Amino acid sequence: MTKKVDFNSIKPEEVKEELLSKYPVKVARKRAKQIVINKVDNGDVVPEVLANTRTVPGILTMRGCAYAGCKGVVLGPTRDILQITHGPIGCAFYSWLTRRNQTRPKTDDAPNFMPYTMSTDLQEDEVIFGGEKKLKKAIEEAVGLFHPKAIGIFSTCPVGLIGDDVHAVAREMEEKFPDVNIFGFSCEGYKGVSQSAGHHIANNKVFTDVVGLSDKPKEGKFRFNILGEYNIGGDAFEIERVAEKCGLTIHSTFSGNSEYDEFISAHTADLNVVMCHRSINYLAEMMEKKFGIPWFKVNFIGAESSAKSLRKIAEYFGDKELMANVEKVIAEEMIEVEKVRLDVKSRCEGKTAMLFVGGSRAHHYQDLFREIGMQTLSAGYEFAHRDDYEGRKVIPEIVIDADTRNIEELTVEKDDNRFSPRKSESEIEAYSKKGFKWSDYDGMMPEMQNNTLVIDDLNHYETEVLIEKYRPDIFCAGIKEKYVVQKQGIPLKQLHSYDYSGPYAGFKGAINFYKEIDRILNTNVFKLVKAPWQETPELSGSYAWTK
Amino acid sequence: MKAQEKVIEKIADPARNTCRLCAPLGASTVFRGIENCIPLLHGSQGCSTYIRRYMISHFREPVDIASSNFSESAAVFGGRENLHTALDNVIGKYQPSLVGIATTCLSETIGDDVSLYIKEYNEKSKSDVPVVNVPTPSYKGIHTDGYRDAVISCIKTVSKENESGDFINIIPAFVSPEDLRHLKEIASDFKTDAVLFPDYSETLDGESWESYKKISPGGTLLSDIARIKSAKASIVIGSSLSRSGLSGSLSDHLPNSHFMNLPIGIDLCDEFFGAFEKATGKQLPEKYSSERNRLVDSYMDAHKYFFEKRAIIAGDEDLVVSLASFMSEIGIVPVICATGSDNPAAAEIIKKYAPDAEVMSDSDYATVLDKAKGMNCDLVIGSSKGFYLSKNLSIPLVRVGFPVHDRFGSQRIKHLGYRGTQSILDNIANAIIEHKQNSSNIGYSYL
Repeated sequence: MTKKVDFNSIKPEEVKEELLSKYPVKVARKRAKQIVINKVDNGDVVPEVLANTRTVPGILTMRGCAYAGCKGVVLGPTRDILQITHGPIGCAFYSWLTRRNQTRPKTDDAPNFMPYTMSTDLQEDEVIFGGEKKLKKAIEEAVGLFHPKAIGIFSTCPVGLIGDDVHAVAREMEEKFPDVNIFGFSCEGYKGVSQSAGHHIANNKVFTDVVGLSDKPKEGKFRFNILGEYNIGGDAFEIERVAEKCGLTIHSTFSGNSEYDEFISAHTADLNVVMCHRSINYLAEMMEKKFGIPWFKVNFIGAESSAKSLRKIAEYFGDKELMANVEKVIAEEMIEVEKVRLDVKSRCEGKTAMLFVGGSRAHHYQDLFREIGMQTLSAGYEFAHRDDYEGRKVIPEIVIDADTRNIEELTVEKDDNRFSPRKSESEIEAYSKKGFKWSDYDGMMPEMQNNTLVIDDLNHYETEVLIEKYRPDIFCAGIKEKYVVQKQGIPLKQLHSYDYSGPYAGFKGAINFYKEIDRILNTNVFKLVKAPWQETPELSGSYAWTK
Repeated sequence: MKAQEKVIEKIADPARNTCRLCAPLGASTVFRGIENCIPLLHGSQGCSTYIRRYMISHFREPVDIASSNFSESAAVFGGRENLHTALDNVIGKYQPSLVGIATTCLSETIGDDVSLYIKEYNEKSKSDVPVVNVPTPSYKGIHTDGYRDAVISCIKTVSKENESGDFINIIPAFVSPEDLRHLKEIASDFKTDAVLFPDYSETLDGESWESYKKISPGGTLLSDIARIKSAKASIVIGSSLSRSGLSGSLSDHLPNSHFMNLPIGIDLCDEFFGAFEKATGKQLPEKYSSERNRLVDSYMDAHKYFFEKRAIIAGDEDLVVSLASFMSEIGIVPVICATGSDNPAAAEIIKKYAPDAEVMSDSDYATVLDKAKGMNCDLVIGSSKGFYLSKNLSIPLVRVGFPVHDRFGSQRIKHLGYRGTQSILDNIANAIIEHKQNSSNIGYSYL
């Protein structure tokens, strides 16, 4: 294994300086605000991070586009909304089963459109004369073939530029096929600064055109929705298993292992819990305003975090039997978790990780590493906003730039007939006194150590410098970074696709993750690969080698 | 209403489970095949991100593709500033020998004049790094078009007319890194000086590195591309390379060129090695006649498994054409030959090799599946995306081409030459045997 560096001997200011030294002045000035040395001594106030701002052209970013965030992330995991990509062929191909969302239709003949991609495949003529007719034809074909309950239209870059009105087409075709809910997303790739814009666009449309169409509640006690869980590697299945065992009813998940009927009646549930704050907080906020459903943040990544989240949900419902049951389930599940955790910890304790991924994952996975005694040296998000780093308390201070202003912010009002507060004001207050944090998220930084580096929108060059300086035992990111990092002799764990393993959520997921990290860190394979610094002794003087 | 319906009837079908990718992916592959070159896509960052993650899932190597990161304002006012900043940063960070720019649907739709922007950049920055520009709107071509157009643009920009030299060019279509290594080996065995362009055999199937490198090592040298126009002969393999597209025609820029299909199967390999003999004036090395003889021998040995088996071949036209020829040699009957491209010339050739097949151009997997139901097909030959056919028809899939992201070693799949044909033949035979074995209740271990 690679030689280790003593974290405390590294001066983060020097690393930051080196990271910035190669940039032109203008770029350096901007990156200086996006590379932050964490400080947690000041209560819950952490340093400010510049986030959700444009990537500098020519710098290799991890980020994707609004289409990817809308079609790929938020709507992609839903199995029975037929999705049509309106545009030339590439985008539909690249978003075809690319993320590893799993789904389990309830019956053998229930529709599942996920292994299926449909594109209007625009050609030059349509780019010149308009593609609306072809879009109509595609919708007709889709209805003829499948007669789905709902069709989503996803716009790619040229669509907005040539002036195709996907929303008008959706309305017109809905008149023609009144029993199919047809809606369009203006998620052209150039919108916003990352996939985050696409999340917001998706949230808006799902809220206006899907949620609330049926007031028929699902059967079951203690009904709640999970927002921002996308069932990568079967995570949602594990959460469903645990919830069921506890006696909880998941009404709908946005959007892992989900179906349309659960979405349209989601407003009948009594609670929204938010996993991936970045991609779905808009929907939680809007559902609270319109229907009176409270929300709070949970995390099912990490055994401790899962237990904590379950307790919080049970406490919310306030049922003694439920609370006792949750405790029983946690105790049962933790037996195996602890057995594996302690065994793996004996080999992984003291090792180090870096996480640069997502808009929540870089935060959530630190819990799992902590459970096996591993330290996070540096972390950052690809497409998060300041609130995901510093907590929602900074939202009023966030400067709205032109890129964000172009994404519609819906004005939501109370639904006079259906608004019903799930808890009275005095109840809410009583919960708050007990430490309940409603509609809030503390962000990643308060949970990270002093002097760790927090970096937004990390790029290739910076990855290289970080690895050279810190020599982490493991680096977590996505497939684009995987082989770049592994060429440097450091294993990379993909936290987008999980390297096609998983689940990592819940209790069984935690066990899977511990074992996976154990395998990666203690394999013989990486011993065959020489890391660059093993041949560059000039650095050895300034660091304490542990091996 | 009726008039409108009529209009709709005339519109081409939408694509359902497409078997083609977009043009900038092909162009980026070519740029990754040039030493110390960095591809730069002029458009939204999603294009470079999607293409990178797709290529990486197949090649399992770093694939750096920069972007000019269009924002909404760039989409409205044009991407000049973005492109200039991107060039500044890419040249500053990577010190490349060449920057390969491919456009995207976005920059093409708004009509950005990339050649002008490059000229302005060169004047302003005094940069001496050459920049190649290839137009790759995906509403006007697919990945194989982008690949060919990038090859042509590079030759046009970099190569100089000189006195004829004693070497040949080998220009392959989108094949695997293993295939490229094989082509180099053949040139070396013929003891001939050859320029292989593009050559991503190292960049997209690299070794473990002792120290980190900003750009993966390997690729055709710029100095080799510069001499392409003075070769004594050029061997161009793959039917998609013989078409002319947005960058013109390859034949206009290559001396004494022999256009042929990918050498798969005895016939096409004989033609290929014949062209090599003619171009170099040297005889086929014995190693290859042995490979040929072993292949013929295995044709006989495996015939019982292949005879009258019915196959679907789907994917890039370069592969489909040559696989159709190969199938006709071994006794497998191609019943559907589907390509994502719309090339009537390729369709004609396929028809010649597979007279009984339904030849589908500009096609997609869903249409192929509709057609294939009830046709009693025995196997599919195609990329990982063909798994959709294989699963729905409950028949085996033999994986070839790109993308293959559900198996290991995709970058090392052998397709070309007697050796590549041998490998495909073995895989097909084994797929058929395995399928038979798995569907048997008796538990045969001898088949």
